[in-house]
Amino acid sequence: MDAPHHIGAGPFATTGRSRQGEPWVWLTAAGLTLGVLMALGLFVLILVKGAASFWPRSVERIEIRQDSATTVIAGIITQENERRATDGTLHQQIQIFRGNRDLSGEAFVYLDRKDITATTRPESMLVLERLEYGPAIVEAVALETGGTRVAAEDPAFANELERLLDEGRRLRKQLLRVERRDIGAVSRELEALDRAQRGGTVATQEAAPRRVALEARFEKLRAEALRIRSQLSAATFVGVTADDRELRMATGDLLDVFAPNQAGWTGRLGETLRRVWKFLVENPREANTEGGVFPAIFGTVVMTLVMSLFVTPFGVIAAIYLREYARQGLLVRIVRVCVNNLAGVPSIVFGVFGLAFFVYFVGGFVDRSLYADRLPTPTFGTPGILWASLTLALLTLPVLIVATEEALGAVPRGVREAALACGASKWQMIQRVVLPASLPGILTGIILAMARGAGEVAPLMLVGVVKLAPSLPVDTIAPFIHPERKFMHLGFHIYDLGFQSPDAEAAKPMVFATALLLILVVVILNLAAILIRNRIRKRFATSSF
Amino acid sequence: MPTTATDSESSTKRTAPTRADFIRVEQFSFFYGEKQALSKIDLAIPEHQVTALIGPSGCGKSTLLRNLNRMNDLIEGVRHEGDIRIGGTSLYDPAVEVISLRKRVGMVFQKYNPFAKSIYENVVFSLRVAGRSKRAELDECVERSLRAAALWEEVKDRLHESAFGLSGGQQQRLCIARAIANQPEILLMDEPCAALDPTATLKIEELITSLKQRYTIVIVTHNMEQAARCSDRTAFLYMGTLVEHADTMKIFSNPSEARTEEYITGRFS
Repeated sequence: MDAPHHIGAGPFATTGRSRQGEPWVWLTAAGLTLGVLMALGLFVLILVKGAASFWPRSVERIEIRQDSATTVIAGIITQENERRATDGTLHQQIQIFRGNRDLSGEAFVYLDRKDITATTRPESMLVLERLEYGPAIVEAVALETGGTRVAAEDPAFANELERLLDEGRRLRKQLLRVERRDIGAVSRELEALDRAQRGGTVATQEAAPRRVALEARFEKLRAEALRIRSQLSAATFVGVTADDRELRMATGDLLDVFAPNQAGWTGRLGETLRRVWKFLVENPREANTEGGVFPAIFGTVVMTLVMSLFVTPFGVIAAIYLREYARQGLLVRIVRVCVNNLAGVPSIVFGVFGLAFFVYFVGGFVDRSLYADRLPTPTFGTPGILWASLTLALLTLPVLIVATEEALGAVPRGVREAALACGASKWQMIQRVVLPASLPGILTGIILAMARGAGEVAPLMLVGVVKLAPSLPVDTIAPFIHPERKFMHLGFHIYDLGFQSPDAEAAKPMVFATALLLILVVVILNLAAILIRNRIRKRFATSSF
Repeated sequence: MPTTATDSESSTKRTAPTRADFIRVEQFSFFYGEKQALSKIDLAIPEHQVTALIGPSGCGKSTLLRNLNRMNDLIEGVRHEGDIRIGGTSLYDPAVEVISLRKRVGMVFQKYNPFAKSIYENVVFSLRVAGRSKRAELDECVERSLRAAALWEEVKDRLHESAFGLSGGQQQRLCIARAIANQPEILLMDEPCAALDPTATLKIEELITSLKQRYTIVIVTHNMEQAARCSDRTAFLYMGTLVEHADTMKIFSNPSEARTEEYITGRFS
């Protein structure tokens, strides 16, 4: 403030910082800045690392001289760092991803820079994405179909490869349909027949012909699957690695071929987008280290939405009773403290409770009363998405109760009295005036609950999350919604990739990519909820209270 | 409830003779816990007139007003002695439902308090909670109430927009429209102009004068000029007791009590 000088001499003279009356504003600003920087740093780190894992980098052909022997390897430089050896000399170590796990065992090698004699980027180097053993880095030699052979130098090679890749995609889709859907349907029918027979609802002589028919269909489908499989391995891709070893593989196992050293900036961008797309929509492969994370995205979203469906009515009703109806005495105060404390209980404790109560007790009861014919195979008496959602609903209940109570309490007394003065009963007042007025606050609570629930991992490991779920909790097989199924979750996926993966080095980029995706999913879910809330708010402009 | 009151209410032309003691407050005392807010008030409020309750802050005038529709029941630990009768029926008669009482006694508050709803829904709120939802009836009610509250011309083109888009004075007139929508017999106003600017105040005062043909109005006010301008009778309360109750003309020109004169002339407040 620029107070006139002569005031400083008067009886109100103050000195130093306190003259401004606001001496420590910078500290509060610094606190906020620190918080924002930390959040931003985290996000940028994950964004950069996650996005970089999709960018196709060049393949280097490296010649190494070690102990007077020359070896050649080809690969992608993934890391460079300095390391001080025991004798005190500084070594520049680089980590190279050379793929070809089936041929050389380790996908990563470490080199000392001083051993490198030459580095080139031959345009003919290909990165093959395969069904097994991770990517391969080779040069193409030929394609062999039955007796014919198309060499890599042949101008028809590119077209032939493209054709075989397309056919592979088509056949794999077909195979999936036969094995997953058709054979699955037949085995479900067989199972149902077994149960019916055991339960006595179908006589044995009646069941026998049906069983024979089903088994015949089963055999036919299996033959069909075998036929597709043999078609998939009809053609062979022949390649040669940088160290002159031959790589032979069925083109049906080949998912994609990309030549990074030929691609320009736009080609690489296209490849990046294609990889991102595949990451989003494909199923995981090879212990989750390859392929996409679609089931995990789907599981996370479905679980969070189902959780919100459970927690919203419970939380709102509980809060209405606590705030509007319960006599505000000692008991209510104790309940309120308990609810607040519940928010601080470690989430794994909720997981244990969910396992004991929902899975074993409620699920066991459901099984005994509705699915007795399937026992001892549990249907609901085993972890699944329904129990996971309920457990998380319980976990997020305090968040919603507290938020709703605050929102209800913020509705001015005048509005309540006005409603009563119009002849409304108490419930009419709550339902027609108080609830609509507190809806934005309640939605804020739901948003907070969703954010908390979507990011939770620990309790889920006990009540329904698995490393690899064979099928989605919602699909096209009747009854379409399968609340008893186990599911995949992005949060658990991160843990699984990072710490449970057979090849931690290979999984590292996936960890960042999945983390980025989890953040994005939570942000999108929240944004959707915030948009809904703002629409509701806009309908009534801003209140003047 | 006596049938005469409801009959005269439902007809648009009031032919029933104006009762001088439509609302009777008899030896009424009121306590918030241990604190006595009103002591032995005796007051007769005539029908179809505006009665102003005046007095310094904390004298109990709002408490008295809020007892006329039992709004004080919401507060915990209150009790009363004595009785209040409207049209001869005691408010505290066990047979009287507080909800039906409030349908007969509308109320307008100091701070305008429209609901977070459209203008239309604000007006028809009392009909909706009474279970009436015929479109034609609601439409008719909205126009009648808004016209009576001198707001129709200003809002008729945006009935379905938020009530919060109105100015303060408009919002208060909307609250008046809401209070009279279900055609009560009595309209209670608790300092209805306290939160408004002079222009809006003038409009509300004109409105009060026009409404008294159809409603019995009891208004609490801090504003002496307002009491003088728009009330027929004035009751002066002081520290929970009724000091004087007479025609407004008489109170302001020739009060019989010294305390009344001192208060009106501003020697204490």
